[in-house]
Amino acid sequence: MTTGIRTESEAAGLAPLARRGEATGWQDKPVLLRLLSIALFAGAWEIAGRIPVSFAFPTFSDTMIAFFGLIADGSMPSAYLSTLQPLVLGVVLSTFLGVGLGTLCGLWRTGEWLLIPVFIVLQAAPVAAFIPMVTFIYGIGMTAKTLAVMILALPVIVLNTYKAVRNVNESLLVMCRSFLGTRWQTVAKIILPDASPVIFAGLRLGVAAGFVGVVLAELLITPTGIGDLITFHRSRADYAEMYATIGSIIALSTLTLVFLQWIEVRVFRPEKRGT
Amino acid sequence: MRDAVLRNGLKPIPAAVDSIVEVRGISKTYGDVEALRGIDLDFPRGKLTSLLGPSGCGKTTLLKIIAGLISADAGTITVDGKQVSAPGPERAFVFQDFALMPWATVMRNVAFGLELRGIGKAEREDKARHYIAEVGLAGFENKYPHELSGGMRQRVGLARALSVDADVLLLDEPFSAVDEQNRRKFQEDLIRLRTTQNKTFIFVTHSIEEAVYISDRIVLLSPRPGRVSRIIEPEVDRSGDPERIHRDKHYLDTVDEIWQGLKQYVD
Repeated sequence: MTTGIRTESEAAGLAPLARRGEATGWQDKPVLLRLLSIALFAGAWEIAGRIPVSFAFPTFSDTMIAFFGLIADGSMPSAYLSTLQPLVLGVVLSTFLGVGLGTLCGLWRTGEWLLIPVFIVLQAAPVAAFIPMVTFIYGIGMTAKTLAVMILALPVIVLNTYKAVRNVNESLLVMCRSFLGTRWQTVAKIILPDASPVIFAGLRLGVAAGFVGVVLAELLITPTGIGDLITFHRSRADYAEMYATIGSIIALSTLTLVFLQWIEVRVFRPEKRGT
Repeated sequence: MRDAVLRNGLKPIPAAVDSIVEVRGISKTYGDVEALRGIDLDFPRGKLTSLLGPSGCGKTTLLKIIAGLISADAGTITVDGKQVSAPGPERAFVFQDFALMPWATVMRNVAFGLELRGIGKAEREDKARHYIAEVGLAGFENKYPHELSGGMRQRVGLARALSVDADVLLLDEPFSAVDEQNRRKFQEDLIRLRTTQNKTFIFVTHSIEEAVYISDRIVLLSPRPGRVSRIIEPEVDRSGDPERIHRDKHYLDTVDEIWQGLKQYVD
């Protein structure tokens, strides 16, 4: 049963933030802890590279040198210029379209019947298999790459938004009605903020899937951008450069997700700001 | 009103007939369960009336019908002479589970009713700040609900209902999710608020002590189907120290009398 007393369970969902107060000593400094974690990882990588684990496995330091080399010679910036266009466009479109469609399906029965089964199938299907088909129809340009991003990102965003809107706290809806809220006010002031944690969980998954989509498209169909840079350096056995490229896209994806979380807490759920 | 005029031939007796909420012939059935049957009630203006009864007597259903949150199968609700079937600005509701927005501060929660009415930020926050102080939460304006105790959360719910300036406050078991100590303090505050706010309170409770402690009038409902079984006006003097009421002879006698009457419905 949903009651208004949801704050405890919600707070439990934020385990790392909720532990405030009892944290002591160096646990008070999450930045330090995170840097230490990265340093440990880099150290382990360096050792593994020096053993070496495989002749195709560069050390951490070689990879970092290669990374700055790729930036200096301009090949990585130009690769990102080409990759980021379909990625950003696809992710932004998926976000607005996905949240919009999901909200619509959550509020409107007919929309639910028409659309939700399609997205359930899409989410279950190995959608990467559609990418050659998208190329076949739209060629190898920007449209195909953007569509590849959206095919992967959209279903999870739509379905999460839909579920969140359907499971909105009933008692808050009644409260809004009793204080004479209009339909539009109910959606904007109650349903969307209440649904935002689940919507944002879907957005994080969707954006991560969008990164998968763009890299897949560049590896499978259109040899451009980051996908091309990976393939190119692999074919020349420049493993440090290849790892640097892969590492950079992972880092970018991670930063994007952190940024999303920041927006969520800042704009929609200020009570979760862990101070 | 009309009946009174006819009966006297001249003018209405103000004290007896000035009822702000009139319930006429309200019935409600959920599937096979008859929740309410033919309820007729008047709620006098400026008084605190409790709807008291065992679970299943339909007291919360009746309150939500008065609030316009549930529609009745038959009968009418009149508030201030106007028939109503939906929520309106002259009624405000206090929820059993508080119904506070966890993402909003105490200030925004209290001002929410005014926000929905399109009142400007400065004006609604001034008003909200006044009622936050009135319910004893001054200094907590920027806290979030999860930082407050159950009792404090319900004070936020009460302040929200007060701030929309409704004539009638509908309280649905407001203290049932509040611990005993906080409940006592809250009941005392409610007695004080009643004298300062000049509003009509309709209060649903399953606690006999609570009903006798705070009410001017108690409507006893009997279950299956929900019907009015008795109306009691406890003669308890609430002017002095609220602590004293618990030892007042009338208070104790009324509690006992109601319990004797309700005993038969307890299974």
